[in-house]
Amino acid sequence: MAVSSETLETVRSVTGGEYKYGFVTDIESDFAPRGLNEDIVRFISAKKEEPDWLLQWRLKAYRFWTGLEHEEPKWSKVQHPPIDFQDAYYYAAPKEAKDGPKSLDEVDPELLRTYEKLGIPLREQEVLAGVAVDAVFDSISVATTYKEKLAELGIVFCPFSEAVKEHPDLVQKYLGSVVPYSDNFYATLNSAVFSDGSFVYIPPGVRCPMELSTYFRINAANTGQFERTLIIADRDSYVSYLEGCTAPMRDENQLHAAVVELVTHDNAEIKYATIQNWYPGDKDGKGGIYNFVTKRGACRGRNSKISWTQVETGSAITWKYPSVILQGDNSIGEFYSVAVTNNYQQADTGTKMIHIGKNTRSTIISKGISAGHGQNTYRGLVRVMPKAKGARNYTQCDSLLIGDSCGGHTVPYIEVRNPTARVEHEASASKISDDQLFYCRQRGLDLEDAVSVIVNGFCKEVFQKLPMEFAVEAQKLLDVSLEGSVG
Amino acid sequence: MTVPAHRDASGVHEATCKAYLDRFAAKRAELPGAGLPWLDAWRERAIERFAEHGFPSPRLEEWKFTNLSKLAETVFEPIPSAANGISREDLGGYRLEGASDHLLVFVNGRLRPDLSDTGAPGEGVTVTGLSRALEDDAEAVEESLIGAGDPSAGERASALGQLNAAFMGDGAVIRVAANAQPERPVHLLFLAHADKEPAGMHPRNLIHAGEGAKLTVIESYVGLSDGPYWTNAVTHVTAEKGAAIQHFKFQAEGAGAFHIAATDVDLHENAAYTSFVMSLGGILARNEIRARYNGEGVHCALKGVSLARGRQHLDTTTRVDHLMPSGVTDETYKGIVDDRARSVFRGKIRVAPGAQKTNAYQLNQNLLLSDRAQADSKPELEIFADDVKCGHGSTVGDIDAEALFYLRARGLEEREARTLLIEAFLGQLIDDIEIGPVRAMAREAFTGWLAGLDG
Repeated sequence: MAVSSETLETVRSVTGGEYKYGFVTDIESDFAPRGLNEDIVRFISAKKEEPDWLLQWRLKAYRFWTGLEHEEPKWSKVQHPPIDFQDAYYYAAPKEAKDGPKSLDEVDPELLRTYEKLGIPLREQEVLAGVAVDAVFDSISVATTYKEKLAELGIVFCPFSEAVKEHPDLVQKYLGSVVPYSDNFYATLNSAVFSDGSFVYIPPGVRCPMELSTYFRINAANTGQFERTLIIADRDSYVSYLEGCTAPMRDENQLHAAVVELVTHDNAEIKYATIQNWYPGDKDGKGGIYNFVTKRGACRGRNSKISWTQVETGSAITWKYPSVILQGDNSIGEFYSVAVTNNYQQADTGTKMIHIGKNTRSTIISKGISAGHGQNTYRGLVRVMPKAKGARNYTQCDSLLIGDSCGGHTVPYIEVRNPTARVEHEASASKISDDQLFYCRQRGLDLEDAVSVIVNGFCKEVFQKLPMEFAVEAQKLLDVSLEGSVG
Repeated sequence: MTVPAHRDASGVHEATCKAYLDRFAAKRAELPGAGLPWLDAWRERAIERFAEHGFPSPRLEEWKFTNLSKLAETVFEPIPSAANGISREDLGGYRLEGASDHLLVFVNGRLRPDLSDTGAPGEGVTVTGLSRALEDDAEAVEESLIGAGDPSAGERASALGQLNAAFMGDGAVIRVAANAQPERPVHLLFLAHADKEPAGMHPRNLIHAGEGAKLTVIESYVGLSDGPYWTNAVTHVTAEKGAAIQHFKFQAEGAGAFHIAATDVDLHENAAYTSFVMSLGGILARNEIRARYNGEGVHCALKGVSLARGRQHLDTTTRVDHLMPSGVTDETYKGIVDDRARSVFRGKIRVAPGAQKTNAYQLNQNLLLSDRAQADSKPELEIFADDVKCGHGSTVGDIDAEALFYLRARGLEEREARTLLIEAFLGQLIDDIEIGPVRAMAREAFTGWLAGLDG
């Protein structure tokens, strides 16, 4: 056995670490009846006062979903008991004044306290770091800051439901254009019942002056969370978007099936960063969030760029493949990922880079860390289409294994249809080397710090891609995830 | 509309399947070993399983990149007629230098003693044809086939292995006694001459090396006609404790041929297995190796080259199961793809819980020479132990423009320079072959292929 008993001890203490953000806010929820049928879809749509075209789109998706005979994708390595989709609520909104809050003062104080516990001082953030927060509590956005300042530049940053009312043309034009309603089981379900999410539109030539950020949070018991996010960067524009989440402690598994669509036009760039820290379940694998997410970006324009960065430490199960369709010539797709699985967590995550345009480039850096009984799979596709002359891809997937009961897997698909393409894929899997540990300890670090230093070094390439505030949080999360043991 | 991949995963080719069932019912009494109760039952079970699953469809993950619908369109006569007119003199070109090999010749799937070497390639080694072995020592064959368990049983993906079991014709049975080390390599030459009808050959080879034994075996598949035929080969290899086997395969089937081959390899404590596969024939070929490490300290090297042109589809599939600690896997496959050809690599390494100190690496590199050439690569690691060193690499690209310029600047013509670079791309793999006459054979085949490059 290569791992010292000391290391195993530390791992055990990590797994024993309690979920720091476990608490429930008591807010009277406005539920749709339990279960899912056409009436529920109509209820959600009516509740949100949606136009008919959107209702019809939802219904199309719902009917397609029923046609799938509830066959969930089974090709991934994750395992879970069958989900009873009729045993969940598909709509829950926090109670609010009829016209919605005009300012923070009108926001339910209970909500504000929740955010405070999460360490997102909403008021402070108005001053701090120039971050505008569109906070999503359960499914309805409760407060939006900096909106006016952004409006001056013509930037639209609002809850999705508001965008449907205020900017129906934009929504209708782009909704489902990257992830069609028929895309996959969970995306289809989301298309039928999505509750709310964020909408961002950056007009031509505008560089968004601040990081846009949304905190998601699942609150009410048994409520599926179906976020829908749509970000459009018109030509010559730039935006950086942050998404982070924590969820309260639950015993029952909760389903989270979000859809995120990104579109960039000529010379535009979107940076999308995620910190995902949903409740991972306890050390015996009880409870935890099922995070089945469809995220995809389309580089429609020439020289456009989409960059995904994710730090996945939470959820009992993560099933997520943020992808980029590189349509425009010279467009660039990036995927930087750190995924941590501990205890009985399972992650099946990766990306798809579809090269269509000429001289398109993609970079994939994936770092998987498995501890305890965690199962961590990188699954990725790099496809170079016949017309993608001069396409270039570099992929690096590294797995770090901590303890002899975990698993680390790498499943890349490489499909090249153009001879001028250059595609390189590299993967490695190993434990923390004894030499590295010895080196650190010999210089006076205790085991815990040594492991922390090594693990952080292992993830460095990804953390560097995060905006500073997030990078700090990411390191903290990693330390908490592997607390007292590996870092 | 996308249909979930797991639905309707079985092949559809009912008419072809039914034709094979009919052939089986009509001809089962003529198959080698007919009348042996265990074998009759075994074949019966196999054809039932084949009928149940049919031809594997690309919806099955194992066949995602290789579509067998063309193969399934035709009924290949599973008990092909013998071909005449081949004499010993014709075989010179296929032998190792100086006829240093112990040759067994199969024509259209049947052993031809008149063309083969007699006796044994060395002390402690027996080499027989499978149908002969079924007559002489059926119990030993039974033990090899059934005693070890049919590794393909129950797997949907290996429906073709079941078809092989049902129609299993001839093949080689090679047994090396403990510590025996035959001097001469055993060479199995499968010639196909199928002008009259689309023939289907289902050879099965059994190779067993006892404790501490050493064996070199060469499998050659050569097409003497360009019409459609199908080789559906299954080979079992077992290396007992400390045994070492070098296994070479040359796949040079005819232009219209389908070649599907599965090699099951069982390796025991400290066994060493080296495989080199050169694949350049056929219109559609798949070479699959499934290796299991049943003891500690197994060392396995899997190497191969695919040279594809025209509309060829050459598939290399490997699966390595590290079931015990301290196993070493060193895997390198390279493909050169020209014209509208396609090269496929699927390689999976699985490290079972407890298989600590595993050291495994797989590398797949592809060189695309034309606009319509395609390469698919899926290296895969599945690791359930922590004290391991595993990795893989995969690259696809064309000839490096800078390297080409370098050579041209030194006075080489473009064609020469390109050929040199192509040669350099996989020359090393051929140079690494330890056995001189085999290396020469591989080199000759490669040179011949290079000569066929246009411009």
